[in-house]
Amino acid sequence: MDTFDYIYLIPLIPLLMFLFLGFTARKIKEPVSGYLGTAGLLAVFILSYYTAYKYFFADGLVDGKYQQIRVMLKEGWIHFTDKLAIDIGIIIDPISVMMLVVVSTVSFMVHIYSLGYMHKDPGFSRFYAYLSLFTFSMLGLVLASNLFMIYIFWELVGVSSYLLIGYYFEKPSAVAASKKAFIVTRFADMFFLIGILMIGYFGQSFDFMTLNSESTISMLNSWIANHQVASFLGLSVITWALILIFIGGMGKSAMFPLHIWLPDAMEGPTPVSALIHAATMVVAGVYLVARLFPMYYHIEGGAALRVVAVVGAFSALFAAIIALTQEDIKRVLAFSTMSQIGYMMMALGVSGFDGYEGLGYMAGMFHLFTHAMFKALLFLVAGAVIHAVHSNFMKDMGGLHKYMPIASWTFLIAALAISGIPPFSGFFSKDEILMAAWEYNKIIWFVGFIVAGMTAFYMFRLYFRIFHHKDTQYEHPPHDAPANMSFSLIFLAVMTMAVGFISFSEYISASLKPFHSHIHWGSPLVIGSIVIALVGIGAAYLMYYKETEYPQKVAAAFGTTYKWAKNKFYVDELYMYVTHKIIFDKVSKPIAWFDRYVIDGFMNLLGVTTLGIANRIKFLQSGRLQDYAMYFVSGVVAIIIIVIYYK
Amino acid sequence: MIEGVSLIEILSLTTILFFIGVYGFLTRTNLIAMLMSLELMINAEAINFVAINKYLSPAIMQGQVFSLFIIALAAAETALALAIILHLFRLTDSIDVKDVEELKY
Repeated sequence: MDTFDYIYLIPLIPLLMFLFLGFTARKIKEPVSGYLGTAGLLAVFILSYYTAYKYFFADGLVDGKYQQIRVMLKEGWIHFTDKLAIDIGIIIDPISVMMLVVVSTVSFMVHIYSLGYMHKDPGFSRFYAYLSLFTFSMLGLVLASNLFMIYIFWELVGVSSYLLIGYYFEKPSAVAASKKAFIVTRFADMFFLIGILMIGYFGQSFDFMTLNSESTISMLNSWIANHQVASFLGLSVITWALILIFIGGMGKSAMFPLHIWLPDAMEGPTPVSALIHAATMVVAGVYLVARLFPMYYHIEGGAALRVVAVVGAFSALFAAIIALTQEDIKRVLAFSTMSQIGYMMMALGVSGFDGYEGLGYMAGMFHLFTHAMFKALLFLVAGAVIHAVHSNFMKDMGGLHKYMPIASWTFLIAALAISGIPPFSGFFSKDEILMAAWEYNKIIWFVGFIVAGMTAFYMFRLYFRIFHHKDTQYEHPPHDAPANMSFSLIFLAVMTMAVGFISFSEYISASLKPFHSHIHWGSPLVIGSIVIALVGIGAAYLMYYKETEYPQKVAAAFGTTYKWAKNKFYVDELYMYVTHKIIFDKVSKPIAWFDRYVIDGFMNLLGVTTLGIANRIKFLQSGRLQDYAMYFVSGVVAIIIIVIYYK
Repeated sequence: MIEGVSLIEILSLTTILFFIGVYGFLTRTNLIAMLMSLELMINAEAINFVAINKYLSPAIMQGQVFSLFIIALAAAETALALAIILHLFRLTDSIDVKDVEELKY
């Protein structure tokens, strides 16, 4: 199908913009570079929506099934063997088109918002260059047609995330955070690469369409059946490959225990947090699992998928508990992001494949979509608030509702959405996740259910403490953000309200066949999830709407648990302990000793010996011609004697 | 082929000639004298070529052609060596190898 040939323009435009802005960053000054970057993104935005329209409403659906279209740009880019080669291509299917819409929408909004937020920042042009680089990488990741390409773009988003977290590079904490993010995700990517190579070896392809095809999956499954011995902990090597790939996704998506970089990543400028660490890059792991979903589901009865479900559910709960106690508003949002991504992973993990059974898959993607909108909105409002108050901490805020009505109302919409109150978008996606989890396993459902209540509570704790709570006296009375920032807020708020009504199952499903799902309004599940959200909101209202003593009392009642949650369960400290005390001290130091004294020692010995021998025989180099002639003649004579007598 | 002279005698002569050259080269420190010793060695070789060619395979002329080459090369080499010696003399006011032993450790 040649009608999607223009698709390569979508990642190409931000790439060109990055190169242009990067090379001219010192020449063109503040507003121009921002307008250029935004104009480029506008083109991407239009192209993405056009693609989505074309795919979902015109060309995509053939015979009741969405087509996977592959636009091949270069066949056989790198050859490993005769059959195994890396191609450069673009895949167009429901989830990639959906991600195009997500990435271009959020990125475009962030570009507009940053015109105001980064105003008068000395690195303004650099910032826009990085944003373009990130957008290019993310779009490339979304459109990549094979595992190796996705890996390349995976690393590129990692680099741009690193650059943007460390944007304020004069701040030591930002530098440390950027390094941490890079190293942790890179550590996870090592497993990802191993997984890719294993899949490539056994599946004889890197291409998603080939790997997900029935023939490859049945070939792999029969291989597993024939090689029962090739297993580790009862799982076959191919399942392990999928788990390794998932570990790569865990790193990027901040799943426990590789989540430690995400809270620190909040050192970056807030629009960056909204774009990269809330809406797009962190859901790359979810996207990856969704991309390979047929493999995850079918290989060895979905063993790898169960791992995804458990990790997702645990991370969702773990992060939600921490989010309850944090004081820095961006960190609350960071842990909330982690929790919601855990939700998406859980949704994928509990999903079936065909028709209505694939509800979890659809719900996970749906939640990814709605979450991108409302979480980006939450971050952008938080950015506006931080911009106005010049502090990240809740204690410096309060009573902002009357100063910043737009921020307050948009935040309220997003908070209602994430809490799962109808008719806001989060309700629909979250409810479908809970329904899918209920069908799969009651414990996982219960975790999701509790997390939903906690989400409502910490979100409204945030809302009340920022916008109500107390009348803080500000030195400079804060006011609503300028028009370009407010525009993004309002646009995303409208999206947050609207996107819930899209009947996602008509467009996205695991088996690519549309199916029908709707909310059963009267069912106890739906009522239960609304009630728990309301309970969370009510509790937050009681504790935080006015200044009360309840928060201290509750914290005291939980005692140690509260302290642990506040300190993020000491996972960072555990990492520090493991890396410094165990890896550095017990492993690296002996290795360094071995290197210094054994390996270097051997080399030094060679050098010293050579030097010593040279010192002994240097008198031969006398400079006297006769001496040399003498050596020469004696040598010749010696050789002659040897030749004659010792033949 | 020379009547009454065997190959072994000629080879003895050239060996003596050659080692006189070697002795001179090793003992004399005057560069001109060393050059002359070198010429002796070369000429001994040239005689060897001619003699062996004449006595062992008179049908082909290779040895004699070689000796012609050697003569030509010796002339060229002498010219070059004399030029170097001349320059050395201008630099050091001496043509003794003992005065030019800077090139050492």
